[in-house]
Formats: sequence, structure tokens, C-alpha cells
Amino acid sequence: MRKSVGTSTSGQGSPPLAMRWSSFQRRYAPYIFVSPFFILFLVFGLYPTLFSLYMSFQAWTPSDGWGRWKYVGLENYTFTLTDPMFWRSLWNTIWLGVFSGVPQHLIAIPLAFVIHMVLSRFKTFVTAVYFLPYITSSVAIALIFNTLFATNNGVINLAIAHLNTWPLLGALLPDQNINWFTSANIKYALALVVIWQFTGWNTLLYLSAIQAIPKDLYEAASVDGATRLQQFRYITLPLLRPMMFFAVSLTIIGNMQLFEQPFVLLNGGASAATPGGQTATMYMYRTAFEWLEMGTAASIAWLLFVFIGILTYLNNLIFGRAARGGD
Amino acid sequence: MARVSLGGWLLRLGGYALLVLGGVLTIAPFYFMFVFATHQRSEIFGFPPPIWFGEHFLTNYQILIEKIPFWRAYWNNFYLALMTTITSLFFCSLAGFGFAMYQFRWREQLFAVVMATLLIPAILNLIPFYLLIYQIGWINTPKALWVPAMASALGIFMMRQYIISAIPKELVDAARIDGCSEFQIYWRVVLPLIRPALGTLGLITFIGSWNRFADVNVIMRTQETKTIPVVLRTLQGATDVEWGAIMAGTALMVAPLLLVFALAARQLMEGLTSGAVKN
Repeated sequence: MRKSVGTSTSGQGSPPLAMRWSSFQRRYAPYIFVSPFFILFLVFGLYPTLFSLYMSFQAWTPSDGWGRWKYVGLENYTFTLTDPMFWRSLWNTIWLGVFSGVPQHLIAIPLAFVIHMVLSRFKTFVTAVYFLPYITSSVAIALIFNTLFATNNGVINLAIAHLNTWPLLGALLPDQNINWFTSANIKYALALVVIWQFTGWNTLLYLSAIQAIPKDLYEAASVDGATRLQQFRYITLPLLRPMMFFAVSLTIIGNMQLFEQPFVLLNGGASAATPGGQTATMYMYRTAFEWLEMGTAASIAWLLFVFIGILTYLNNLIFGRAARGGD
Repeated sequence: MARVSLGGWLLRLGGYALLVLGGVLTIAPFYFMFVFATHQRSEIFGFPPPIWFGEHFLTNYQILIEKIPFWRAYWNNFYLALMTTITSLFFCSLAGFGFAMYQFRWREQLFAVVMATLLIPAILNLIPFYLLIYQIGWINTPKALWVPAMASALGIFMMRQYIISAIPKELVDAARIDGCSEFQIYWRVVLPLIRPALGTLGLITFIGSWNRFADVNVIMRTQETKTIPVVLRTLQGATDVEWGAIMAGTALMVAPLLLVFALAARQLMEGLTSGAVKN
């Protein structure tokens, strides 16, 4: 289509310089345009990752000096895999992942449905309010909740004490101030913080998927006499499955890496008193930067990497087939 | 014609009640943050705890700037976020343009690599990343944090999606006929047309780097180079924790984000979900 540009010389030897330059550019420009990402990824992403694989077979601590590693074979891995603290922190992470992840979705899906059904003018405003915690620094959030969870006169304990005076609810709630910072309770506190922080994000995702569902489906259903609840059950939920796959994948990847919230809420990891709140990434962090066992920490990172891979694969089996329309 | 049934009304009413309750629970921690920022420590943990603003914000502020180089840290936050945002707007839109507008060998494979990097759990890379920065001598220098963040996979994905949907190929061809070089097409034709997407990516990048903690915490070891989340965290380690001052610092850290969000919430939320929905 563009041959009109250089017609004057076409067919007489080589095309003019301007045209050769232009086709040369068109050919190589895209590679130059996308290259910064790949250079950065190779240097700051892939190289460190491969280096940590190498490190995981070495014994090294910063005081040894750079380059003075010692090959130890699988020792780091056998140490980590037989370390009760590792399994404890992995168990905490899974517990926290389930008890903070599942409620997020159980709240977010109906919430998105209600926002979509009930609101018109204030939809953006309400969604924005729910979304606010997601854009706020996890450190700030953990610091705020640190004061709210105070045992004596903490706002959360006082709210529970107040709810205790309500007729039905009172029977379900403990009638004493809860010390949230014990090993047994800290994970409930953490789960609450994580649910609070990320439910709005999931609501936004589900809302965007619900809005994409064609209106005539609902209209046809209500002509056939389906109630709102039936519409939710038989139209909204099945059509949300691709988004569920996406949102649950993000939750799994995010929850398996929870670090800032427990790190700050536990004041850097007072683990002797509260092993119940130590997540796997926090354990990895402490192994590297407190105990300065870089090789062992690298082995923890790689084991977690494999573990997250397995979970993502399982999620793929459960939701993925339907998400790709193979149901 | 459309008669609203009693059940429909009840459902609607219940819906409103649920939304209000959820909204209050979401806002409450922010509210208490601002309230606590204006009270002394003894009041915050007194009985009853304050539920309205007090008069000790300036006292808290004094403690804050005495104990930590607060405004220095604030500037560090700002500098880091600004450098990350400017550079990633440039490199992500350039790469997005490359992936969207050209046919070239290995295009699909290269783009698949970009997307695959999104799946690598970032925090697991913390140790080798620290070792690399240590090795090249960038500890305590801000470029250790913004240079690696100059081009993000998410940004490239967003830019590519937007350019495919918003820029007709004919426009690019017309520019070529007019004698634009390939970079000029990007710079003078495409860039002005993708402002809305640049706005969203800019917001996401700025907020994300404003809030960074784990990597900053290990790379920035001196007081002069730390950012606000990191210095606020160090206040928590003291024996007598000044919670009023910490809350004042937290409020000052969060306030600009709340302001920006209030102004641009719609664009930000739409931008964040548009890529997810289209795929």
C-alpha cells in the first residue's frame, strides 16, 4: 500500500537510501522498544533467581566475605526440610492463607452482586470506599491495627465487649478481653487484617465481571419467574467462574507471600513468644537477615517457590478448565 | 408497569444496610488513625479510648521529627516514587507500543515471557536481589530501588491492551508516509493519544512504590536513605512506643494517597480492572 512513496526509482537497482533506512528501522525498532524490560529482567530478575538456586547449595554468611562460599550439596535442603520451625511457619502460612483468603471471596462475591443490584448513582463512590484499604501501605495498616488490637481498651476488644451486651450475638462472643498478641490468637488478628485489606480488591474484580454479564440474561430469567436469589445462583455464579480463577490465583500467590503485615504486627517477629504468627516468608527473611544463613534462606525460598507452583497448579485443575470454557 | 414487590423492597433495604455496615467497618481504621494522631499515648490506651479528635497533634509531630528524620524520609519516598513512575511510564508505553503495533519474529514468545514474570513471587527474590545489590555496591543508593522497577510486566501488559484498542494501525501508517521515524511515531503520535492509560499506570506505579517496604528495608541501611514505612517501623522497636507520634506519621504518610485517590478513584479502578476483564 505504501509503494507510492518510492515509485520514482523502483525497478532501477537498489531502492533509495531513505526507504532502506525506513525498512531497516521498521524491522529492528520493535526489538529496541521491548528490550529495556528484558535487560532489566535478565539482570535484576533472572540472574538473582538462578544465583539463589546456586546459593541454596552453598554455605555462606556475609562475614565470610564475598566469593568465599562453601559447597554443601543438599545440606541446606535437608536442614530446612527437617526443621520444625520451617514446617511450623509453612503451616501458619497455609492456615492464614485459608482463613484470610476464603472469607475474602465469600464476602466479595455477594457484596459485588449487591452493589451491582442496589446501587446506580453511588456505585463508584461505594466501590471506592471498599477499595481504599488496598491502596494503603501494608505497614501503615499493620501499625494502625496494632493500636486497635490492644488488649486493654483496644477499640476491637471494646467493640466485642459492647456486642456482648446484644441478645443473640453475646452468646457467641468471648466475655473477656482478648490478648490478640498470644501465639494462639495472633493468626486470627492477622487474618482479620488481611481480610479487611483485600476484600475490596476482590469486590472490584467481581464487580467488573458482573457488569460484563449481558442484561438480557437476567431479563429472560425474570420473565421465566426466577427470583433474585435464583438469578444469582444460576446466572451470576456460573458466569463468574473465569474471574474466580483469576482472583483466587492472585489470592494464593499473595497469601503465600504475606510478609509486611505479620512483620509489623509482631514487631519484627518476636517469634519466641508468638511462633503462631510467623509466616514462611518471614522465616525466610529472618534466616537471611537475622541469622545470616544466606544459603539456608535460599533453600527456603526455592521450596516455597515449588510449593506455590503446586498450589497454583491445583487451582488450575479446580477452576481453570471451566475458566477456559471447557466445562 | 414495573410493580416493586415487598420482597424486592426488603432485599433492597437489606442490601443498603449491608453496604453501610461494611463501609463503616472499612473506614473505621482510617478514622481511628486520624483521631489517634491527635492524642497522647496515655489517652489512646485509656478508658474509654478517644473517638473524637484531640489537641495533641503538634506534640506528636514534635516527637516524630525529634526521633526520626521524618521529612528526609518523606522526600526519599517521593523521590523513589517519582523516578519509578517517570521511567516506567516511558519504558512500559514504549514496549507496549512495540508489542501492539509491530509484527516481528518471536513477538508472541517474548510477550509470553513478560506475562510469565508476573507469576514469580516477588518476595522470594528478596535475598538474591539483596546479594546482587551488595555485589554491585548499590546498598544505600536509591537507584538500587528504582532502576530495577523501570519497566514492569503489568505496565507493559496494560499499555499493550490500551494501544491495541485505542490506536488504529492506519494512523501509524499515515505517520510513516509523512516521514516520521519509528520513535517519532511513538513519541509524537501515540504518546499523546494514550494519556488516560498513562494516567492510570502512573497512579498505580506511584502508589505501589510509595508503599514499598520489604526491599527498601534491606537495601537502605542508613537513616538518611530510609523511606517513611521503614523509619516508622523503627519507632515501633523502642521500649516506650510513642503510638501517638507513630499514628501522626502514619496519617501524614497515608494522607497524600487518600487525596490522590479521592481525585482519581474512578480512573484508577477502571484502569485496574479493564485488563482483567478483557482477557
